[in-house]
Amino acid sequence: MSSELIIQYILSGVTSGSVYAIVAIGFNIIYNTTGIINFAQGEFVMLGGMIAISLVPFMPLPMAVALAVVITAAVGALAQIAFIRWLKRPHVLQLIIITIGLSILLREAALHIWDEKVRSLPYFTGTVVTSVRIFGAYVSPQVFWVLGVCGAAVVLLSLFFGRTLIGQAMRACSADPLAATLCGINQKNMVTLSFVISAALGALAGCVVSPITQTHYECGTPLAIKGFTVAIVGGLGNSTGAVAAGLLLGIIEAFSISIMPMAYKDIIAISILLAVLSYRPTGLFVRREVGALKEF
Amino acid sequence: MFSRALVVVLAAVVGLVSCAQQEEPIKVGAIFSVTGPASFLGAPAARTAQMMVDSVNAAGGIAGRQVRLLLRDSVADPQRAISFARQLIEEEEVFAIIGPSTSGESMQLKSLCNDAQTILISCAAAETIVDPVAPYVFKTPQKDSDAVRRIYETMNDLGIQRIGVTASNTGFGAAGRAQLETLAPEYGIDIAIAEVYDRAATDLTAVVTKIRAENVEAVVNWSIEPAQSIIPRNMRQIAFDVPLFQSHGFGNIQYVREAGEAAEGIIFPAGRLLVADLLPDDHPQKEVLQKYKADYETRFNEEVSTFGGHAYDALALLFNAIEVAGGDREATRDALQNTTGLVGTAGIFNLSPTDHNGLDKDAFAMLTVRDGAFVLYEQE
Amino acid sequence: MSREWVPFGALAATVILIQLVTMFTNTQYYLTQLIMAALYSIVVIGLCLLMGYAGQISLGHAGFFAIGGYTAAVGTTLNLLPHRDHVLVRMAERAGLTIQTTNSWGVDILYFSPWITLLAALLLSGVISLLIGIPVLRLRGHYLAMATLGFGAIIYYILLGSRFLGEADGIYDVPGFGLPGGFTFDGARNNRVLSYYFVWALVIGLMVLMHNLVNSRPGRALRAIHGNEPAAMAMGVDTARYKLSLFVLSAVCAALGGVFMAHYNGGMGPTEAGTLKAVRYVAIVAVGGMASLWGTLGASVVLNFLSLRGYFGSLDDAVFGVVLITVMLVAPDGILRRLGMYTLRRNRDTAPDAFPVSAEKQVQRGTA
Repeated sequence: MSSELIIQYILSGVTSGSVYAIVAIGFNIIYNTTGIINFAQGEFVMLGGMIAISLVPFMPLPMAVALAVVITAAVGALAQIAFIRWLKRPHVLQLIIITIGLSILLREAALHIWDEKVRSLPYFTGTVVTSVRIFGAYVSPQVFWVLGVCGAAVVLLSLFFGRTLIGQAMRACSADPLAATLCGINQKNMVTLSFVISAALGALAGCVVSPITQTHYECGTPLAIKGFTVAIVGGLGNSTGAVAAGLLLGIIEAFSISIMPMAYKDIIAISILLAVLSYRPTGLFVRREVGALKEF
Repeated sequence: MFSRALVVVLAAVVGLVSCAQQEEPIKVGAIFSVTGPASFLGAPAARTAQMMVDSVNAAGGIAGRQVRLLLRDSVADPQRAISFARQLIEEEEVFAIIGPSTSGESMQLKSLCNDAQTILISCAAAETIVDPVAPYVFKTPQKDSDAVRRIYETMNDLGIQRIGVTASNTGFGAAGRAQLETLAPEYGIDIAIAEVYDRAATDLTAVVTKIRAENVEAVVNWSIEPAQSIIPRNMRQIAFDVPLFQSHGFGNIQYVREAGEAAEGIIFPAGRLLVADLLPDDHPQKEVLQKYKADYETRFNEEVSTFGGHAYDALALLFNAIEVAGGDREATRDALQNTTGLVGTAGIFNLSPTDHNGLDKDAFAMLTVRDGAFVLYEQE
Repeated sequence: MSREWVPFGALAATVILIQLVTMFTNTQYYLTQLIMAALYSIVVIGLCLLMGYAGQISLGHAGFFAIGGYTAAVGTTLNLLPHRDHVLVRMAERAGLTIQTTNSWGVDILYFSPWITLLAALLLSGVISLLIGIPVLRLRGHYLAMATLGFGAIIYYILLGSRFLGEADGIYDVPGFGLPGGFTFDGARNNRVLSYYFVWALVIGLMVLMHNLVNSRPGRALRAIHGNEPAAMAMGVDTARYKLSLFVLSAVCAALGGVFMAHYNGGMGPTEAGTLKAVRYVAIVAVGGMASLWGTLGASVVLNFLSLRGYFGSLDDAVFGVVLITVMLVAPDGILRRLGMYTLRRNRDTAPDAFPVSAEKQVQRGTA
């Protein structure tokens, strides 16, 4: 394989990997606060894309994206308040099933609000055919947008959870809800807030990936499955790990395509997930001792 | 006196009976994937079917009877399609069933409808639906093999020999890939590489990279999904500049719009519906195509696609046969399989007891994309 | 007859009554969807045991259903005539394990007896569930959900990617299942009543089996696991083994449903292994009240029957979503119990809580 070809495979891996990574980060926020995985996260991604696409004819792109993020965040808040917030002592099975139900509802709502057709946002920079040349290989400039948003999200989230009072309060809720409540933290508000933030981040992801992946009402679940995989491989709750795992998975997939039929690409990704879950459920980038504190 | 009264009563009874017969509507079942993974096919087909039945009823019905459309959404799930087909056949005792739009569902219904002696006019592409011929099973989309032949002929003209093939993992993609592989030797085409991608694929840069490494002279992509606009985008993004051929699945202007500039120059076979306005005035299909296009676009406020056309053809064939045969089911089937010269959206149908599709490769025109619109490739 | 068996008698009576009513009202076509609903119920009864009694979620049971269905479908549509000289085929033929006939398209075919493929399907699903269950069942909650979802997805992609398995078109023209007495279980109209009784006898048999299991020593152990796993372990319950056996048992049930679905509908497509189907099975168990065999059976029959008859039209999935969320919010331990109907049950304390309080910690404990 020529070096140019190798670089081209790496770049195509980075393209799909960056999409996986940005979707994965959204899962981590709710997980960090509540310890639950939101199975409807993929639908937040879809909603963000769909809303921005509907708004873009009426306003400049940045405004459409911003508005889509706000609207999706509001949907996230409403969903949490309506379906989760008032439950007393919900069981983990119950939460899994509620978020699965929520994902079905959001998807069906999107089908009936819009329709079954495929849409996409315009490329943020350049057009469909613009590409950047790196060492003889090519990559779409949109990939840099996705990576940029990933990077910004990781930095901002770590600042938020590490430095701000609210962020620390959210983490406290996850570590020990009772102690957090005793310290005067309103746990319920923190959980709602985590849904708002992750819905907003999901929507932002939906907007930046839309030019690459296109958006339609059913696109949430496949993105979410890849997102889950990446979030788990990177270590749940660990956003830096998610980005690394996303890029890694993208690149592994790209090279797997180079040597075997593409039909097996998804089987490889899922096998990695199963292997990681079975033998190292803390994820690849978390030390075992830290992971030992978690429940699986 | 008495006999006159009897005549009057008899006449009244006969009148009532014939009146009742007249008023009883013809039930036509329709099974389409209106939502779900094959909604790209099923939704326009369902809309078209509703539109046609409405217009036929407004014009006084078929053979003096109104038509009632019983539409079921199968969500591309064969088990549901089977359940609905049994329901339509046994409970509603429908006259005929149109759809489904995927070959998987159609094949599951083939024996079912044939055993129940109910006409099934499938809107799916795979040739196995009518080969072997089942007496009661028909299909309206053009043959995959004819699409492949048109593509290969064009390649021969362009001197292209070594190609790469991509297809989605749907029934449509699999059937097309099989035909591409079968017919390649006949046209001296060498398929250097064939790859299958998931229908929900979101980025195909890696697979086009792999194909580029094979030094092919052209790429053929066979699918019905959004991937049809992702492939051209990704090819252009990695500066892979060989001609791209697509299947008749590309016959939906939305995919052109999604692919933007990258769609320019894509060559694909399709029915003439998409270029109705560009056809010469003496083209036999022009009138039918323009009318369907105008009706559909005014009513649903969206561009027509060839998939809706398959439902149009199914109903046009059925209505024509009922008109010819009267209300009898067996006679209708005979009339259906002896239909000749019926102008549909996919082409001109000439059926026979051994050919339950009735289209030949002239049903396809080679089209290409110029300035974001479909144009005839031959005119280029 | 002890009171314990009253519900089973009632179910049998209902099954017979429905058939008689449809016969006299000339609405026998309802039986078609009742048969299909019963076949899907076989899956959820097994899953109910796994989810409700052992507290283990599985989003992979659609995969096992498809493994069963495809094994039966491939085994009985594979034409052995060209391979007749092969030693194995000759042995099978001599042992009377094959069937020779002419199909509806006039082709002579020789295929494996459905009994052989049934056995193969059950064995295959058992072995696969054992292999997958050993690593996966160490996980809990979301991790288990994801792992089983991943397993189902792998099956789905294998079905879609293999020409041998018909790719997206699946397998069709599967023959009926010949049963003793010259009766064939298939979708033909004149076999319908017998097929209906056969499949419902299967369901009732399975319910009796599950009921006994739940009320036996292993059943009590399972409930202990669901209530509080560490405590159960401390009491000397081999939790891993119980969970694994139950996982295998429920997988075999799913495969059994798949086998007969393939024979009844004459085919099977890859959508049967799809995530949406898996979610449906879980949803039905949840709607039925998790740890309630009767609730699950009821929910399954009602929801599948209505869905297969197309009453919800294009809103089918939306209705499922609404029902699912509503039940989870309003009556998480099942509609039956909420209505107070559980007094029908003789010993109500044998049914565990759907969501035992002691497990709440699982939810709230996360990482910083």
